[in-house]
Amino acid sequence: MAWKFEGNSPLTVQIADRLRRDIIDGVYPMGSDFPAVRALAYEAAVNPNTMQKALVILESEGLLITHGTTGRVVTTDAEVISLARVRVREDFVKKTVNEALLLGIEPEQLCEDIRRYCDNQP
Amino acid sequence: MIINPDKPILQCQHLRKCYTAGVPVLADFNISVPSGKILGLLGPNGCGKSTFLKLVAGILTPDSGSIEICGIPRSEETNSLISYLPERTYFNASMYVNQLIEFFSDFYSDFDAGAAEKMLRDLGIPLNQKLSALSKGMKEKTQLIMVMSRKTKLYMLDEPIGGVDPASREYILSTILGNFNPDAAVIITTHLINDIEPVLDEFAFMGYGGEILRAGNADRVRETTGKTIDELFREVFRCYVRY
Repeated sequence: MAWKFEGNSPLTVQIADRLRRDIIDGVYPMGSDFPAVRALAYEAAVNPNTMQKALVILESEGLLITHGTTGRVVTTDAEVISLARVRVREDFVKKTVNEALLLGIEPEQLCEDIRRYCDNQP
Repeated sequence: MIINPDKPILQCQHLRKCYTAGVPVLADFNISVPSGKILGLLGPNGCGKSTFLKLVAGILTPDSGSIEICGIPRSEETNSLISYLPERTYFNASMYVNQLIEFFSDFYSDFDAGAAEKMLRDLGIPLNQKLSALSKGMKEKTQLIMVMSRKTKLYMLDEPIGGVDPASREYILSTILGNFNPDAAVIITTHLINDIEPVLDEFAFMGYGGEILRAGNADRVRETTGKTIDELFREVFRCYVRY
């Protein structure tokens, strides 16, 4: 099943975002072999060069490690993964706050709205 | 035949082709496609996309200009380096699908019959059927599978997904990717830009007379313009008329 892409941000970034989340969520466990570029490109139905660039992003973040020609493995460094988790959370907050500001919702108001919404959930 | 690996898979310079004297479909067309790339050639109807592919395939002869495949001037010999999917189906309708596989195996030494059979089965195309008994979409799929099952240098796909339902489009694009090897190149023409966008390396917008209006890396466009190629296409060609 081809992956879904949305909006106008580069596919490279969208692919990296998705794989980063999968690594953090343990879909690809620490220290495990990461799938080959071609296999992932095939699965996602994207150009292999685009997939390659996305993996390079994850490499530069230390989430993936290349051992010569034997392919990539997921890092075994828990510190790196938790850093990535923090960054994903920060990105999410940034995006949410920016969207709220576009709607004219101030951050204090947003916090209040979120708290009230959560309180009203069963 | 000596293939030069340093040369682009396809290089065309100053191509000119008129169907009617003095009215060029391609006026001065230049393009270079390096290995490892999938190029989307996108443009309005009648801008010369199919004419260009036919020139490279050797079905038409250019009025002037040069065509080189892997550094070798286009000839009968270079035909073995090209796998071409024309816009129309050209198979003998009275043939059976499995006869077609034999036919291709005979004709092309680089044809992988096993791969073709597997893909046909994946798409539910019966091997013991006559081609005339297949629907339009099934015929198109069969044809694409045949073309992609060759192991060659240049694949030229003229509207490969035009008549195919959306669910099979994904399979077909995966087929193109799955069979693609890094020392080959693919040229795809289509109007269904949204569907093929994730698969492309490079894109080129072609205007009338074969003028390249805009070209570049498919993913970088999103980064620099904040637009998808589909959006950019609509913008560039919104009020585009033949002069």
